Amino acid sequence: MDQILLQILNGLDKGSAYALIALGLTLIFGTLGVVNFAHGALFMIGAFCAVTLQKILNLSSVVLDPTKTDFLGNPAKVKTPYVETWFGHDMGAALIDWSVPLAILFSIPIMILIGFIMERGLIKHFYHRPHADQILVTFGLAIVLQEIIKQFFGANPIPTGAPDAFKGSFDFGVYMGFDPNAIIYPYWRMIYFTFSLVVIGAVFAFLRFTTFGMVVRAGMADRETVGLLGINIDKRFTIMFGIAAAVAGMAGVMYAPINSPNYHMGMDFLVLSFVVVVVGGMGSLPGAVLAGFLLGILESFASMNEIKSIFPGIDQIIIYLTAIVILLVRPRGLMGKRGVMEE
Amino acid sequence: MSNSKLTRRGLLKTGAVAGAGLAMPTLFTSNVWAGSGGYTNAPTGGKVILGFNVPQSGPYADEGGDELRAYQLAVEHLNGEGDGGMLNKFSSKALDGTGILGNKVEFVTGDTQTKSDAARASAKSMIEKDGAVMITGGSSSGVAIAVQGLCQEAGVIFMAGLTHSNDTTGKDKKANGFRHFFNAYMSAAALAPVLKDLYGADRKAYHLTADYTWGWTQEASIKQATEAMGWETVNAVKTPLATTDFSSYVAPVLNSGADVLVLNHYGGNMVNSLTAAVQFGLRDKMVNGKKFEIVVPLYSRLMAKGAGENVKGILGSTNWHWSLTDDGSKAFVKSFGTKYGFPPSQAAHTVYCQTLLYADACQRAGSHNPCAVGEALEGFTFDGLGNGATEYRAADHQCFKDVLVVRGKENPENEFDLLEVVQITPRAQVEYAPDNPMFAGGELGKCNPGA
Repeated sequence: MDQILLQILNGLDKGSAYALIALGLTLIFGTLGVVNFAHGALFMIGAFCAVTLQKILNLSSVVLDPTKTDFLGNPAKVKTPYVETWFGHDMGAALIDWSVPLAILFSIPIMILIGFIMERGLIKHFYHRPHADQILVTFGLAIVLQEIIKQFFGANPIPTGAPDAFKGSFDFGVYMGFDPNAIIYPYWRMIYFTFSLVVIGAVFAFLRFTTFGMVVRAGMADRETVGLLGINIDKRFTIMFGIAAAVAGMAGVMYAPINSPNYHMGMDFLVLSFVVVVVGGMGSLPGAVLAGFLLGILESFASMNEIKSIFPGIDQIIIYLTAIVILLVRPRGLMGKRGVMEE
Repeated sequence: MSNSKLTRRGLLKTGAVAGAGLAMPTLFTSNVWAGSGGYTNAPTGGKVILGFNVPQSGPYADEGGDELRAYQLAVEHLNGEGDGGMLNKFSSKALDGTGILGNKVEFVTGDTQTKSDAARASAKSMIEKDGAVMITGGSSSGVAIAVQGLCQEAGVIFMAGLTHSNDTTGKDKKANGFRHFFNAYMSAAALAPVLKDLYGADRKAYHLTADYTWGWTQEASIKQATEAMGWETVNAVKTPLATTDFSSYVAPVLNSGADVLVLNHYGGNMVNSLTAAVQFGLRDKMVNGKKFEIVVPLYSRLMAKGAGENVKGILGSTNWHWSLTDDGSKAFVKSFGTKYGFPPSQAAHTVYCQTLLYADACQRAGSHNPCAVGEALEGFTFDGLGNGATEYRAADHQCFKDVLVVRGKENPENEFDLLEVVQITPRAQVEYAPDNPMFAGGELGKCNPGA
């Protein structure tokens, strides 16, 4: 029982990342009709916003200390971050420590801007082209973006820690009648899960309770009619692209302490997130979220030793296996609209 | 408007011509490889071409970049440029800074992408098109084994780069292949006594293992060495190489009764699994009345950097470290550090040594013929290259030398100061018989000169 609860918890944070990326993918597909293979790259760029802010906050003045030597035997360079010089040691150190949460604020305008540039500069030219063309161009764009990141930040992962206050783990087991250490869960992963729920809730509320959201939903249902009413739906859809980019970016920022960011991390999530979208139902926002969490939990269960001993290698194929079954039984996905993917 | 008309006969003719054209490189393969000296790619025109096959893209691109820097430095030193680096400390004095056998050393590079097929293709291209007489490099055992096989077929020497699987000089060893880097068995033999001293003989270990050739041999070696000293292996779980989030593999560890986690992971896998283990608070726990410990059998400073503070206090092994104080290491660090501004990695060290060792063997043999070079390397004993007295064993082409046990440094003094040497394990302690069961199943075979 404790193992089952443990894997459900593990699946929740994995599912959070899938759900956030899939949500953005669905927003773009539902509004613009574009299959955006560069969405994983936006997640990766978000994580590198956290890396960049950490580097900015760590910019330092350098003085030579003749009492110490570097690896070549020359006087060692002693670095003092400018933020510590400007705001005092404690405040400066706290800013550096909290660089990941601060990067959320830093990333939102950057990601929206990147989203606008991507949509206006490239993707809008492919609205009326076949999906295959869209996939090719966005996949190419993803490779270009990750190579640019690699050029600037290198190929190795870059450690980007959570604030000290959130390091360590919480022992759920002792509060649920299990042995100590039976169900432990890191604080930061709990925060990531909570954060994803807040972001998902905010996106749904935005679409549900604002006039802008109502128009977007109407446009998703019938673009031509909304256009005939004199509403510039293209402009709103462009803004939605920016919002989807910001959601992916924030997901990446908060993911940075879970796995050290590297240039390839977007690709690691991209294919799985597409499967999530297909399983949830193309164009269905609740479907994307539901499928994200469902597949995250399934993936966690599949990596249990007890399961792997019966089905070796199941942890590598479970998501794809589920997708095959769902597409055979219910081609439009869990919550997809009737007719979509069924033709 | 075009007047051309596609006919069945025309299509067949065009197809035949195109097919012959495409097949041309392989039809004349043996002639391409054959050289004037009776072996593949004998040097001509006063120059000798070496092929540096390293990951220039993909997840190990930073290691590949460091390897390339070291290769370039080695070429400079062989051609008499720069400060000479380790060449000045090398016990063999056959090389004199005039290239190899009077030929100026030039090089071509290939990108392995850390994929076996891409690595073989780039090595093949360097041999067939560029005339490389020796191939060297790599940051993966899968790649090394694949390229070693190709070099054996092509009739060129392969001086392996960073490859740690027992299989490279075990069941997959080849007469044309030589490995300077240590292996999984040696890591285990060096680590086990230190683990016993620091953590005791009564421990329960849980292994997480990368599911490919290196991971398997690493796990088998560590299990054998630790069980021999009294440890119990509670569980050994294979993790897919593509795994990025190890939480579902790490979470069950504490509840398994284990009090040590052995991470048979390298590169990005190691960074991510170690990060997950620290996030789950494993290092802060007490299990079986003992402090929970994590062990990373194969360390790389470049990778340790990716794990940040998580490596502090964690034991592992490494082939070489820039903080060593022997004359050879100091000369290499000075030469590399002055040129590039940071200390070399173990990958840089091993490929630099391999280039020098190849050149020296050619010089002593008086030929680039792979069979003559192989003969010069087999049983060759040397010193001054940073690991103490070293021997290239004739039976399996594995270098035997001291092995470093290292630990993540608690209070680093600078950004490169990530690991501290806990013990230099003498060669005798990590040596094994050529017929050790862990290395069984393959034959060196005969050297292949190609032509």
